[in-house]
Amino acid sequence: MRFKTRGVLPGFGLSLGYTLFYVGLLVLLPLSAMIIKSSSLGLHEFWAKVSDERALAAYRLSFGAAFVGSLLNAVFGVLVAWVLVRYRFFGRGIVDALVDLPFALPTAVAGIALTTVYAEHGVLGEPLAKLGIKVAFTPLGITLALTFIGIPFVVRTVQPVLEEIDPDVEEAAAVLGATRLQTFRRVIFPSLLPATLTGFALAFARSLGEYGSVVFISGNMPMRTEITPLLIVTKLEQYDYAGATAIAGVMLLASFVMLLLVNLLERWTRRAEA
Amino acid sequence: MSGLVTQRAQSEHRRETQVGESRLVRVLLIGSALTFLGLFLLAPLLTVFISAFSKGLGPYFAALAQGETLDAIGLTLLTAGISVPLNVAFGIAAAWLVSKYDFWGKSVLITLVDLPFSVSPVISGLIFVLLFGAHGWFGPWLAERDIKIIFAVPGIVMATTFVTFPLVAREVIAVMQAQGSDEEEAALTLGASGLQILLRITLPKVRWGLLYGVILCNARAMGEFGAVSVVSGHVRGLTNTLPLQVEILYNEYNFVGAFAVASLLASLALVTLCVKKVAEWAAASRQAKRNASQRALSLPVRAESSLEGVSP
Repeated sequence: MRFKTRGVLPGFGLSLGYTLFYVGLLVLLPLSAMIIKSSSLGLHEFWAKVSDERALAAYRLSFGAAFVGSLLNAVFGVLVAWVLVRYRFFGRGIVDALVDLPFALPTAVAGIALTTVYAEHGVLGEPLAKLGIKVAFTPLGITLALTFIGIPFVVRTVQPVLEEIDPDVEEAAAVLGATRLQTFRRVIFPSLLPATLTGFALAFARSLGEYGSVVFISGNMPMRTEITPLLIVTKLEQYDYAGATAIAGVMLLASFVMLLLVNLLERWTRRAEA
Repeated sequence: MSGLVTQRAQSEHRRETQVGESRLVRVLLIGSALTFLGLFLLAPLLTVFISAFSKGLGPYFAALAQGETLDAIGLTLLTAGISVPLNVAFGIAAAWLVSKYDFWGKSVLITLVDLPFSVSPVISGLIFVLLFGAHGWFGPWLAERDIKIIFAVPGIVMATTFVTFPLVAREVIAVMQAQGSDEEEAALTLGASGLQILLRITLPKVRWGLLYGVILCNARAMGEFGAVSVVSGHVRGLTNTLPLQVEILYNEYNFVGAFAVASLLASLALVTLCVKKVAEWAAASRQAKRNASQRALSLPVRAESSLEGVSP
């Protein structure tokens, strides 16, 4: 226990032991099994599996749709956070609670509901189809589902920062002759930027791996509307364990990179707040 | 739209009256934010219930009373009944560890706890297939002893536990860290044992955060789809949880049935959101009381913003 540096309360050994045991058994063991399995493929085979045409199309789609969806969320997330923090209107509390819905609603439920709404004969899909915009079973539908999944992230990272902004700064800007738009652009937005980027990265990381809400609306056509997690499932169903593991390895690497990025961004946010 | 914006009390409202946006801008901003949320959040949510009841109450309850659906409900309850208590015990231990002590490698541990959040649910299922599946590390050993984990209930429980295990820990860590250890240390000097401190002081202090963590963990455990779908094998009546049943009914074009089952899960999600609101409200009123009593004693006020920040 020599590496404990602070804390007088009892129970350090017990809680440390239990936590490490649980994390080791449930997280480290399975994940290392996967990493070892995918590295046992041999470089040549691994590369062949992860870089075939179908896999490349899936990465492009997954990364592209996740990026667009998270970008939409970055814009509207700041807007929603702004409205919730700054204005009082009827139903604000309910709207605030609903923001967390994508986090609590099972993804399969979200998937069939979004598909029903935006299918060609759905409530919103029909008017859009008349305008010539097909949503369900296209990359647009995938982007839509990933936008749904990412809604809480930007709102919930930006909201507390916005609440902490000192109104004096804005008043000072106004007194010095800045218009409201200038104040937002030059004074408020810079302090929201780290939190917005953190939220964007969180939403992007989540969207990359999303499966349940996408499979129903995507149509699942290889090369066209097949996201990477679906490709992994397809390969598993064909008993192509090596292929599934290799592609999962690529996605896992992407998750780790995103996790690292989020940690750096969070550190930046904390510094910006201090 | 214009009736929507109600002015806050003037005293509370210094900021908006002095440097606020014009009424028109405000209405436009609120309108576009609500439109966005309406299209992306409310429309799908309402669709679940409207589609479930589209043929009336009879077919709705008939769909729920179907044998396969009842089996799925049973398996879902069993799965959540095992994985939620495991994760609650872990969550309390991890929160105690992280918030009461500083030690070498603490930030690495926190990252590890958060890890399942950044891993695709499909990969979360796959890792258990690689461990316990027919071609996995322990596959042959298990096959010899005729133990089935993958495409059986134990695999479903493991995958669910993996996917939901950060949820309780995260909520409790946030609240425990925000509340500090002053009361616990005071109890220690008065001769309380570790267990007494945990049961009499710490757990009551974090009860709302803990409750929200448990409810959220439960909702996610009952609703997990991707990971469970990979390990379940979709054996009807045996390894189908509620979300998998939703998928099956939907793919069979039994939309009333699919949405009837989905409405159960959606209601659970709504209850979860309500509990979160209540927990936030309780934390805020606790904070207000604490501020008031500390003002009375003229002590410095400790910032206590439990349940804030990113819940995901």
